[in-house]
Amino acid sequence: MSEEIKIGVYVCHCGSNIADKVDCAAVAEFASKLPNVTVARDFQYMCADPGQELIRKDIKEQGINRVVVASCSPRMHEPTFRKVCESVGLNGYFFEMANIREHVSWCTEDREAATEKAKALVAAAVARVPLQEPLYERYADMNDRVLVIGGGIAGIEAALKVSGGNKEVVIVEKEPSIGGTMAKLDKTFPTLDCSACILTPKMVECAQRDNVKLYTYSEVEKVDGYVGNFTVTIRKKARSVDLDKCTGCGLCITKCPTKDIPHEWEENLTTRTAIFTPFPQAVPNKPVIDRENCRYFTTGKCGICAKVCPTDAVDFEQEDELVTEDFGAIIVATGFELFDPSVGPQWGFGKFDNVITSLQFERMVNASGPTKGKVLLKNGEEPKSIAILHCIGSRDENYHEYCSRFCCTAALKLAHLAKEKTNGDVYSFYIDMRTFGKGYEEFYNRIMSEGIHFIRGKGTEVVERKGQLLVRTEDTLLGKYREVPVDMVVLMAACQPGQDTEKLAQTLAIQRSADGFFLEAHPKLEPLKTATDGIFLCGACQGPKDIPDSVAQGAGAASEALSLISAGKVKISPIVARCDEDKCGGCMICINLCPYTAISYDEEKKVAVVNEAKCKGCGTCSGSCPTGAMTNTNFTDEQIMTQIEGVLAV
Amino acid sequence: MTKEFEPRIVGILCNWCSYAGADLAGISRIKYPPNVRIVRVMCSGRVDPSFVLKAFAEGADGVLVSGCHPVDCHYIEGNYKMWARKVMLETMLQQLGIEPERFRLTWVSANEGELFKQYVTEMVDAVKKLGPFQKPVNWMTELLEHERSLGTAVQEIAAGGGVGE
Ligand code: FES
Repeated sequence: MSEEIKIGVYVCHCGSNIADKVDCAAVAEFASKLPNVTVARDFQYMCADPGQELIRKDIKEQGINRVVVASCSPRMHEPTFRKVCESVGLNGYFFEMANIREHVSWCTEDREAATEKAKALVAAAVARVPLQEPLYERYADMNDRVLVIGGGIAGIEAALKVSGGNKEVVIVEKEPSIGGTMAKLDKTFPTLDCSACILTPKMVECAQRDNVKLYTYSEVEKVDGYVGNFTVTIRKKARSVDLDKCTGCGLCITKCPTKDIPHEWEENLTTRTAIFTPFPQAVPNKPVIDRENCRYFTTGKCGICAKVCPTDAVDFEQEDELVTEDFGAIIVATGFELFDPSVGPQWGFGKFDNVITSLQFERMVNASGPTKGKVLLKNGEEPKSIAILHCIGSRDENYHEYCSRFCCTAALKLAHLAKEKTNGDVYSFYIDMRTFGKGYEEFYNRIMSEGIHFIRGKGTEVVERKGQLLVRTEDTLLGKYREVPVDMVVLMAACQPGQDTEKLAQTLAIQRSADGFFLEAHPKLEPLKTATDGIFLCGACQGPKDIPDSVAQGAGAASEALSLISAGKVKISPIVARCDEDKCGGCMICINLCPYTAISYDEEKKVAVVNEAKCKGCGTCSGSCPTGAMTNTNFTDEQIMTQIEGVLAV
Repeated sequence: MTKEFEPRIVGILCNWCSYAGADLAGISRIKYPPNVRIVRVMCSGRVDPSFVLKAFAEGADGVLVSGCHPVDCHYIEGNYKMWARKVMLETMLQQLGIEPERFRLTWVSANEGELFKQYVTEMVDAVKKLGPFQKPVNWMTELLEHERSLGTAVQEIAAGGGVGE
C-alpha cells in the first residue's frame, strides 16, 4: 500500500474508571512518539458523542487513516468505534482497540505499573493497525423459522409471540405434554388466580395455531450451522401411540392392568398406569406408553391397550424417529428442576413420611391433584400443624449459593393455602423475606394478617421424637434455639438447572455460568442473548425466575428472534480463513482440522479452498498450516506477531 | 534495595472464554499482577506454535495461552488442537533449553475471573523465581532447525487427531 499511514490514537479516561489508575495523558504522550502516529489524544469519554466526533474530525481534517482507541474491552465497544470510522468513509477494520480498562485499570493495584501496561497495549495496537486490511461484512440468506426448546410457560409465550409475528415456530418438549412446571401449580402469587386457568388456554393455542408445530416427547439431538441457518436434528422418542390416529378417548388408560407406577408428574404422590397422559389438560391430550413398565414390553404378553383402542393407534413397533428441520433462530426455554432435598439428611426428606417438597404440597392442594385438593398426612388424616421451611438448598454454601428468588413468595402462597385448607397452625421458617415483585410485599402483608406464625430463622433440622416431627431452628428475633412440633413439613426446595443443561449447552455450543444455568451474553444489557449468535434464552433456564419474569422473557426472546429473522439476511463477520494459493503445498492438514468442513481440496490446482459461507473464522487451520499459506483475516500471522512484538516493546 | 524483577509475559487468549474471563476479572475489580500483556485471538486453535516462539524471541519471560475448557470451545474443538500443539511445544522448548514454567496452557471460562487471576499469579510467581529469560546462545540456529521440523511435527500430530489426555 503506497498510501502514507496516519494513525490517530485516542486514550479514554472513562470518567475515572481508567484515569484513576492510568496516567492517560502520559499514555497519549507516549503514543504520539510511536511510528506512524499523527495525532494522539486523551479524552474523558471516547464512546460518547463528543469522543466519537473527535475521531471523525481527525479522519476528515487530518487525513487519519488508522484509528486506535485505548479504552474498554473490544467485546464492549469495538462495534461502536468501527461504526464511527465507517460513518466518515474509513473501513471499520482500519480500527484497533487496546483494552486498558478491564485488562489494566480495573485489575491493577499500582498506578505506575498500570500506566506501563497500558503503554504496552497501546504500542501493540499501534504496531498492528498499519497491517490491517479493509474487510467487508458479508450477508447470507436467513431462514425465518424459529425453534423453541422447552414448552413451559416461557417457551409457550415465546412460541406464541413468534407465531403472532406470522413466522413458523417449532416447539420441542421432552415430556409427553407441554406446560412445564407451571402446569403443576395450583394457584399463582400474588393474585392467587388458578394456574391452569391462565396456562391451559395458551397451551391449547399452541396446538391450534397453524404455524406452530409441536414435537412432544422429543429432544434436540444435534445442531449444525450458524445464525440464520441452523439445521437441527430432533429425536422423536417412540411414544408407542400414533398421534394421528389417536383421538385421546382414554379407553386404553382405563383398561391398562399395570396401575402401580409412581406418577412422576404428580410428584410421586400417587400412581399411574403404564399407558398414560401426564395430566388431564395435557397438550397433546394423547397417551404415551412407558416402555420400562409396560407388560407388553417387559414380558411380551398383554397388549390390552392395543386391543381396546377403537382407532388402532397403539403401535408397539414404533421406533425413535430422527427428523431434521431448518431454523434461523433458536430460543432455549428449558426451565429448571427442583433441588432434591434428600441429599441433605438434616431435613428428613425421604426418611419421614410427612416431610414433603413445595411441589408435592402444590399438587396436594390442587383440586385435580392426587388428594383432590385435600391436605393429608400419609395416614389420611388432616394435619393440625404445618411448617414451611424456606431456603432449602438455596442461599446455602453447601448446595446453591444463590437465592432462588420465587420461593419466598411461593411459600407465602402455600402458607395461605395451608391455612385456608386446614385452619391449623402454619409456621413459616425464613431467613429473610424476599418479596421483590410487583404486589408481592402487599401480598406478604396480607398473609401476615392471616394468623400465620412467622419465625425468623432457618429450619436447620427436622427430627422425629416419639412419632412427633420437630423443626429445629435458631429464632433470630428471640435469640433463642427452638424446637417446633408439627405434623407436616413443607420444604421450599431450590430452583436448580435441569439435569440436561450441560448436555444441551454442548449441543448448542452455548455457555453456562458458575451456578450451572445458561449464561447470557451480558448480565444487564443482553439478558436474552447467548454468546452464540442466533441462540436466545428465556425463563428459568438462565436463572431462577417466577412466572411474570418468565413470561416477560419469553416475549422478549421472541422479539429478539423476530427482529433477527425479519431482517431477511444475516450479517456474517468478515473474519474468515484465507488461503494463499502460491504458498499452499496441498498437504490437506487444514481440511481435517476444520470443524465446519469449510475447507475443500482443489484437485486441479492442488491447493486448499475455503468456503467463506461455512467458515467461522476460528483460525484453527491457520494455526496448523505448516507453510503459512492459510491465514485469518484480521488475525494474520503477521498482525499477531507484530502485536506480540508490540506488547513487548515497553 | 534493587527493584524486584518484573517479568513480561505474553498472554494469548481466545475471544470467547479466556479473554472474556479476563474481562470479568476486571469487571469484578479483581486485582492481579500486571505482568501479563494480552493478545486476543478468536480461538486458542489459532495459536500457531511459532507465536509462542516469537514471543520468546522478542524477549518475553513467559507465554500464557488460554482457551475455553475442553468441550466448551466456541468453535467446537479448536482448544483440542491447541492442546495437541502444547505437547509439541513443550518438547521443543525443552530442547531449546527453555524452562517448562515459562510456557503454560490453561482453560479459563467467561465466568472464571478468579481462576484467571490465579493462573496469572501462579505463572508470574513461577517466572519470577526463574529470573529473566536468557535466550539460549545458539537460539537462532536451533530455532530455525526446529522451525523446519515443525511442519512435520504438526502433520504428525494432526494425523493423530489430538492427544489422548
Ligand atoms: S474459542 Fe475459546 S478455545 Fe476455541
